[in-house]
Amino acid sequence: MSALLTLATAPALPLHSAGKYVAGAYIVFVALILIYVAIMARRLTRTERDLAELRREVEATQSHEEPDRDLTGAAR
Amino acid sequence: MASGTVVPPSTHGRGLKGLSLATIATISLALVLVFYYAPLDADQGFIQKIFYIHVPLAIVSLCGFIFGGVLAIGHLRTGDRRWDMRSYVAIHMALIFGVGALITGSIWAKASWGHWWVWNEPTLVSFLIVVLLFATYQPLRFAIEDPMLQARYASVFAVVAGAFVPLNFIAVRLAQQYVHPRVLTLAGGNLPGSMRLTFLISLVGITLLYVTLWRYEMTAKNARMQVRRLRRTLLGDDAVPGYGRSAAPS
Repeated sequence: MSALLTLATAPALPLHSAGKYVAGAYIVFVALILIYVAIMARRLTRTERDLAELRREVEATQSHEEPDRDLTGAAR
Repeated sequence: MASGTVVPPSTHGRGLKGLSLATIATISLALVLVFYYAPLDADQGFIQKIFYIHVPLAIVSLCGFIFGGVLAIGHLRTGDRRWDMRSYVAIHMALIFGVGALITGSIWAKASWGHWWVWNEPTLVSFLIVVLLFATYQPLRFAIEDPMLQARYASVFAVVAGAFVPLNFIAVRLAQQYVHPRVLTLAGGNLPGSMRLTFLISLVGITLLYVTLWRYEMTAKNARMQVRRLRRTLLGDDAVPGYGRSAAPS
C-alpha cells in the first residue's frame, strides 16, 4: 500500500526532449522480449501439432494391429 | 542418438515458473527504482536512465558469450551433444541481448553526443566486434552439414571466441582514449548509493531474464527432441523425417 502511495505521490517524469530517447530505449527492450516470446509461442504450437500428429499416427497403428490380433485369436 | 537409448529426462523446465515470477518481480522493481527512486544525473539528466538498461544488457551479453564458451568446453571434454545444445542456446541468447545493448547504446549516443554511432570510441567498437564475431557462429554451424562435425567446430569456435571476450574487455580498459565515463570499477566506482542500488537491481533483473529465457529455450528444444524420440520408438526410424541442414544442434 505504501509503495502505491509512493508511486501516486511521485513527481511526474520529465518527458521533455530526452523523454523520446529514453522511451525508445525501453521500447526496444520490451520489443525484443515480445518478439522472442512470439517466436517461442510459434515453436510451442509446432511442438503441440507434432504431438497431436504423433498421437493420431499411434492410434491409427494400434487400430490396424487390433483386427489382425482378433483374426489370429479366432483362427486358434 | 540410437533408437531405444534411455535418455534421462530434462531438468531445464523444473522451477521455471518460480524463476519466471522472480524475473518479472525483479524487472518490475528495477523499473520502479529507475523512474521513481534513482535521482536525475547532474550532467546528463533524464537521458542517463538509459544507463540502467543498456549497461546490464551489455554485461549480461558478454557474460553469456563466456558462458557459451564454458559450456562448449563441456562438449569437447565429454562429447555429449547436450553440452553443445546448451552452448548454442547460451550464445544465441547472448547475441539477442548484445543486439539490445547495441540499439539502446546507439539511442543513448544520439541523445547524448548527437550521433547514432561514434567510430573512435573503443568501448563501442570493441563491443560491436564481439557481437559481429559471435554473429558468425550461426553461419559457421549452418555451413557444416555433418551434425557431429558441426558440434565440434562450433564448440572450438565458442571456446576461442569466449576467451576473446575478457581479453577484448581488458584491452579496452587499457586503452588511453576514454569517452565512456568509468562509473563501475573494482575500487568501487563513483556511482551514488541510490544509483548503484538501482543499477544492481537492474543487473540482477536482466541476468534473471537471461537465465529464464535460456531455460525456456532449452526446455522447448528438449520437448521437440523428446517428440522425435517418441516417434522413433513408437513408429520406427522411417517415421522420423530428417532435420535437413540446420544451424541448430539436432
